[in-house]
Amino acid sequence: VRAADVIVVGGGIMGAATAFFLRRRGRSVILLERGLAGQQASGTNFGAVRRQGRPLHQLPLSHRSHALWMQLAQLVGETCEFTPSGHLAVAYTREKADAFEQYAREARECGLNLEIIRGDAISARFPYLGSGIAAGFLSPDDGHANPRLVAPALVRAAARAGAVIVENAEVYAVEKGGEDFRVCAAQGEFRAPVVVIAAGAWAGAMAAAHGEAVPLDCRGPQMAVTEPLPFRIKPMVGVLTDDAERFIYFRQVARGNLVFGGGIRGPASTDTNRAMVLPENTLRQLRYLRDLLPAATAGNVIRTWSGVEGYLPDSLPVIGPSARISGLFYAFGFCGQGFQLGLGVGDVLAELISVGRTDTPLHPCGIDRFQSSSQRAPDARQLS
Amino acid sequence: MGTPRVAIVGAGPAGVRAAERLVSASFRPILIDEAPRSGGQIYRRQPANFTRTYRQLYGFDAGKARALHQAFDRISAAIDYRPDTAVWNIFGNKLYTVSDGRADEVEFDSVILATGATDRVAPVKGWTLPGCYTLGGAQIALKAQACSIGRRVIFLGTGPLLYLVAFQYASAGVDVRAVLDSSPLSAQVAAAAAMAARPSLLARGLYFRAHLMARGIAVHNGVMPVEIHGPGRVTGVRVRLGDGTTVDIQADAVAMGYHLRSESQLADLAGCNFTFDERSGQWAPQCDDAGRTDRAGIYVAGDGAKILGADAAETGGRLAALSVMKAAGMAIPEKEAAVLRRRLAAFERFRRGLLTGFPWPQAMIRSVPDDVLLCRCEAISAGELRHAAREQGAPELNRAKAFSRVGMGRCQGRYCGCAAAEILAGSLGVPVAAVGRIRAQAPVKPLSVAVVSTSLS
Repeated sequence: VRAADVIVVGGGIMGAATAFFLRRRGRSVILLERGLAGQQASGTNFGAVRRQGRPLHQLPLSHRSHALWMQLAQLVGETCEFTPSGHLAVAYTREKADAFEQYAREARECGLNLEIIRGDAISARFPYLGSGIAAGFLSPDDGHANPRLVAPALVRAAARAGAVIVENAEVYAVEKGGEDFRVCAAQGEFRAPVVVIAAGAWAGAMAAAHGEAVPLDCRGPQMAVTEPLPFRIKPMVGVLTDDAERFIYFRQVARGNLVFGGGIRGPASTDTNRAMVLPENTLRQLRYLRDLLPAATAGNVIRTWSGVEGYLPDSLPVIGPSARISGLFYAFGFCGQGFQLGLGVGDVLAELISVGRTDTPLHPCGIDRFQSSSQRAPDARQLS
Repeated sequence: MGTPRVAIVGAGPAGVRAAERLVSASFRPILIDEAPRSGGQIYRRQPANFTRTYRQLYGFDAGKARALHQAFDRISAAIDYRPDTAVWNIFGNKLYTVSDGRADEVEFDSVILATGATDRVAPVKGWTLPGCYTLGGAQIALKAQACSIGRRVIFLGTGPLLYLVAFQYASAGVDVRAVLDSSPLSAQVAAAAAMAARPSLLARGLYFRAHLMARGIAVHNGVMPVEIHGPGRVTGVRVRLGDGTTVDIQADAVAMGYHLRSESQLADLAGCNFTFDERSGQWAPQCDDAGRTDRAGIYVAGDGAKILGADAAETGGRLAALSVMKAAGMAIPEKEAAVLRRRLAAFERFRRGLLTGFPWPQAMIRSVPDDVLLCRCEAISAGELRHAAREQGAPELNRAKAFSRVGMGRCQGRYCGCAAAEILAGSLGVPVAAVGRIRAQAPVKPLSVAVVSTSLS
C-alpha cells in the first residue's frame, strides 16, 4: 500500500494542476490516471484561455487562473504555446450585440475590461472578418495555448517537484474507512486522508458511489485544423449565437494553421473512451467559417478530432468539497469550458486542502446543488 | 427489401474485379475512385490523347492491364461509376465524398474498401531535396505522362518495385546510374524457395536484375544510404556498400521506397480492428480470407488490406464480392470461392518469401541521425521525435505525435508513420508493434474549406 497526504484521481488539467500546486504547498501527492495525462477533454479541447463570456460569478476564479497562465513558463518550464492574443467575440444581430454589451458592462465591474466595437469600426479594425457583423467585444489579454502540451507539462513539473504520478492506473473504488481513503486502482491500492476526484466525464460514477449523483452527460467537441495559411490573425474569434449549428470559433497558431470548432457536440462514451466528430458537423463548420473568415476558403482541413467531455445541465462545473464526506473534493464536469480554469482550480483546491479555506468564491459550483429538486435552467449560449 | 446498396472505394484491380463479380450477380454497385480513369496505380490508364501501346505502357503486364480495362469497360453501364471522387470520411453506413468542390454522401449496406497502397519510405539525410521521388511516383511519371524524374537517376530502397521501376526507366532510355538495394543478396537467396510459389514472378525478378546488369548498370546489395547530396537539389548519393566502402554516385534524381504500405485509413475510421503483421512490420485491418472485417458490412480487398500485389488484388476483389453476396443471402458457388482462396494462399506464400528476401531495414532506420528530417509536412526531425520519447515520456506513437507533431501534417503520417514508429521503438528499446500505430483522423485527404455540401440545408 502506498500512501500520501492527498490522492488525486485524474491526470487532466484539473488533477495535474491540483497535484502541482499541492506540491508547492508541501503536501505529498499521488496522482492516478486511467490512461495518459491529458488525453481526453484536457488534450482535445480548443485551447482557449478565455475569460470573456464566462458567468460573472466565475470571473474571480478565472482571473486567478489567468494570472497563473501568465506565469506558466516559469511554473512548469515550458510555454505550452500560451499566447495572450486577445479574444474577439462577434455578434451578427443587434439583439445579441445589445445583450452582450450589457454583459460587458457588468464584467467591467468584475475586473474584466472588454472593448466594445460596434458598426463600421469592426471592419476597420478587423478587415479580414466577413460581412454582417453587428458588434465585436475584445478581451485583449485572453489568449490560447496548445492543449496537447499543458496537462502533460503540469504532470512532469509535479513529478519533478516530488509528486508520484501513476499512469495507466484506472481507479476501481474510492472508500473511506476510518481516517483514510482506500483507493483501489489498476496498479494496486493507495491510501490518503484526502482524495480529489478530477476524473472528467468518468467522475460521475465516483460521485454517485459517495451518494452524490449528478446528471453528468458525455459529449465531445468538434474540432478541426487547416494546413498553415499565408496570413496572420492575432485574436481568437468566436461567434455569439443561440443557434448551436451556427456556433463557430477559430484561432490561428504560430505555424499558421487555423484551429476551429463549434456546432452541435458529438457523441462520446466513457466505455469506449471514444468521442466522434460527426462529418456533417465538419461540413457545417466550413460554411460558417467561410462566412466569418472568407480568406480561410483558400485552405484545406487536414485533421479533425474530439475527446470525451463531461457536461452538466446548468453548464457549470462541480468544484469544491463533498457535501457528505470530509476529506473528499471534486473538480469535474467543466462542460467544455475548463481549460482556462484549470490552473486556478488546481491552485484553489490546493489552498482549500492545505489551509481549509479560500477567498476565491466557488459558489454556485457545489455538488450539493443537484440534491435539490429545482435545477437551474440551462445557461444561454456559451463561448468556447 | 431490395437489392442491397453496395459501394466500392477504389477502381484498381481489386475494386474493378469486385464490381464485375457483383454485376454478374445483378447488383449495381457504386464504384467510387479518386482518379479520373479506372485501373488503379498499377494499371493506370494514360490520358485520353496519349497513344502508347499496352506493351509500351505495361510491359510484361500488358495482357493483365488490357483484361482489367476491358472488364471495366464491359460493366461501365451496369454500375454507378463516380471517378474524380475522393472519400474523405466514413461514419455509420455513409461514405462522405468530395468531387469537384462538392461534398456528398453515399449510403451503403455493404462497402468494399479497395483503397490500394502508397510507397513505404524511410528518411535519409537529404531525402526532401527536389529531385527525390518515391518509386511509385517515379513510375506514375513514366506511365501517365511519359516523363522521367531526371536525366541520371538512382534507385534506392528495396523490394521488387525497385527493380521493376529501374527496369522500366532503363527500357525507356533513361540513364539509370545505379540500383542500390538495402537487402543483402544472401536474404534473397534464402527466400528463393518461398518465392518459387509464383515461379513466373520469381523469374521476372531475376530477369530484371540480369537485364539491368547486362546494360552495365551497377546493382548493389546490402547498401546503407548515408546521404542524398544537395545543395538546392539532388546532385548525387552517398552510400556505404555491403563490403563497408563508402561511395558517392552522381545523379540528378533519386527514386526510393521500401515496399508499399496499405491505405487503410477508411477501415480505421470505420472502426475496424487492426492487427500487427510481424513479417511486414505493418498494422492491417483484421479480416478473413474473404475480406470480411470485424465490422458488419465493411469489407477490405487488395493492397489496401494487405500488400500482396495486383494479381492477388484481383482475387481479393472477387472474394470480397462473394462475401457481400453471401451476406445478402445469395447462394455463392463454393467451388469458385475455393479456387480463389487457394490462389490467395499462394500469393501469401510468395509474400512471405518477398519479405524475407527484401526486409524492411529496421536497424538502418532506427539509426537515422537526429538531424535528419523525419516528418516532411511538419518539418520534424528524428531527434525531435526521440526527445518526445525520452524527455517527455511518450510511450506510444499517438502520444509522440501529440508532443512532437510527427504525422500531424497534410499527409497525416502516411509517409513518415512507418519510419516514425520504428525510430520511436528504437528510442524506447521495444519492438515496433509495442508503439502502436497512428490512429486515422478524418479527412482521409485534405478537405478544402471551400467545399459546398449538397445535403446541408
